[in-house]
Amino acid sequence: MGKEPIFELEGVSFTYDGRVTALRDVSLAVAAREKIALLGANGSGKSTLLMILAGLYFPALGQVRAFGNPLTEEALKDESFAFSFRRKVGLLFQDPDVQLFSPTVWDEVAFAPLQLGLDQAEVVSRVEEALRLLRIESLRDRAPHRLSEGEKKKVAIASILSLHPEVWLLDEPTAGLDPRTESWFLDFICQLNEVGHTVITATHDLDAVDLIADRIYVLSEENRLIAQGTPQEILSDQELLLRCNLTHEHRHRHARLEHAHPHRHPERHIHPHE
Amino acid sequence: MSARGGFIERSIADIAATLEEAIFSEELARKEGLLQNLDPRVKVITFLALLLAVSLSKGLLIIVALYFLTLLLAWRSRIPLGFFIKRVWLVIPFFTGLVALPALFNIFTPGEPIVTLWQSDRFHLAITMQGLRTATFLVLRVGVSVSLAVLSVLTTPWATLLKALRILHLPQVFILILGMAYRYAFLLLHTANSMFLARQSRTVGQMTSGENRRWIAASASTLLAKSYHLSQGVYLAMLSRGFQGEAQMLGTFRLKPSDWLWGGTLLALALLAVLMGT
Ligand SMILES: Nc1ncnc2c1ncn2[C@@H]1O[C@H](COP(=O)(O)OP(=O)(O)OP(=O)(O)O)[C@@H](O)[C@H]1O
Ligand SMILES: [Mg+2]
Repeated sequence: MGKEPIFELEGVSFTYDGRVTALRDVSLAVAAREKIALLGANGSGKSTLLMILAGLYFPALGQVRAFGNPLTEEALKDESFAFSFRRKVGLLFQDPDVQLFSPTVWDEVAFAPLQLGLDQAEVVSRVEEALRLLRIESLRDRAPHRLSEGEKKKVAIASILSLHPEVWLLDEPTAGLDPRTESWFLDFICQLNEVGHTVITATHDLDAVDLIADRIYVLSEENRLIAQGTPQEILSDQELLLRCNLTHEHRHRHARLEHAHPHRHPERHIHPHE
Repeated sequence: MSARGGFIERSIADIAATLEEAIFSEELARKEGLLQNLDPRVKVITFLALLLAVSLSKGLLIIVALYFLTLLLAWRSRIPLGFFIKRVWLVIPFFTGLVALPALFNIFTPGEPIVTLWQSDRFHLAITMQGLRTATFLVLRVGVSVSLAVLSVLTTPWATLLKALRILHLPQVFILILGMAYRYAFLLLHTANSMFLARQSRTVGQMTSGENRRWIAASASTLLAKSYHLSQGVYLAMLSRGFQGEAQMLGTFRLKPSDWLWGGTLLALALLAVLMGT
């Protein structure tokens, strides 16, 4: 592809507590400005893979490189490397409860810019911008853990937004969002990518995947990377999708229609498939 | 055991629900009132001074006077007084009873007996004047101190309180831990409440008390596992957003003339209480 590499993984395996295997022998590469989706059923290892890319988990087997340097626990002990890595890579956790630890929404969104050591005016402007984009200005003084699930997700997104990362790692970002926010966020991912950011999204939502990815990696239920390709290639491979538990026989695609009509079928089991 | 759930279960559920409401509702902290408008740093300092006065003062009347001052402050801060007085004094016996009760008797505090409870040739049990005095002091001191602490927490949003402590140069780690503890307490209570509700919605018919006990034990371990999982997750989330062991915070408090006025008055009163008592 000729672009500078962001992540390179070689033969990465990961086990929790030496018992539960979450990834087996995964090798992949992500270049700058790519828009990638990680597809896989529940438990296939998507979240684990994102934690590894974010430099939070370290695999027992295999190599991980980020921005051309080895990404290891040892390497991140170097403060200047850690600082530049954390500034460039933002991770949206799947569970917003984990991500929200500050006493108010405002503090939550301000956390990352404050850790970067930005001056006060810049911190304030970044926080306000993020709150405005997600339309959560009215929540600013609320305690994050007392919000609704969807509101929590928005705050979590805002708290990454204020970091201004170059690389976005998103773990099921649209789960729990209302339709307007979901469609805004999908657009936002595309815009980020157009202005040169790298976006890696974990999902099992086939409908939106061609919007948020030019390339897809598929994880199997055996926690192996079993396919990669363009959205067209992957989505047309019915056999692959069935095998990975990403679809079922009664599913049919609506192409781009999902924004045009509400995604519900009252007469679901009456109309014929095929 | 009553018809709907066992006694233990209902008590735990009640306590969890009340705590979640009482501690974590910031409704009172957002009212317009005297203490709510006081700069949080001034509040922390003056309340520490008042606490000190309560524990140093040697006059019973002075401690009572400090309690009335506390009530006055609560009233001016639009705290419902009945609620405030009841909440505090209902809890105090649990904390002090164990220590205060024995102190009443001649075995622990010898002195002039006022009421004799048991009299034989070898054994004499009575409540003594000195014992009564000691116990009263203890209960009053604890009661007034707890009232002051409760009042300061009730009138300050949690976030602001943490920030004030930070600006007063308490160690970072201490404040982070305090903040987390609060979050875990919330999560635990909230999860406990949800688990009770979830179980109620799935329970058809009666559970035996054995089943109840097992359920409570299992829930307790689930809660522990959850909070452990959360604490690990939160740490990673902080790391990934650039935390390197020193949390940076913004300080945006400014002192108003009324802060100086009230701060000065309360400090003077605290000092007076100590001087008069000695
Ligand atoms: N903290 C943990 N401790 C032990 N095992 C874990 C832990 N987290 C995940 N696992 C296990 O690792 C495997 C991969 O989990 P992971 O969370 O990465 O899957 P996922 O693809 O993100 O699933 P989902 O779509 O449900 O989010 C699963 O078998 C899971 O049970
Ligand atoms: Mg996941």
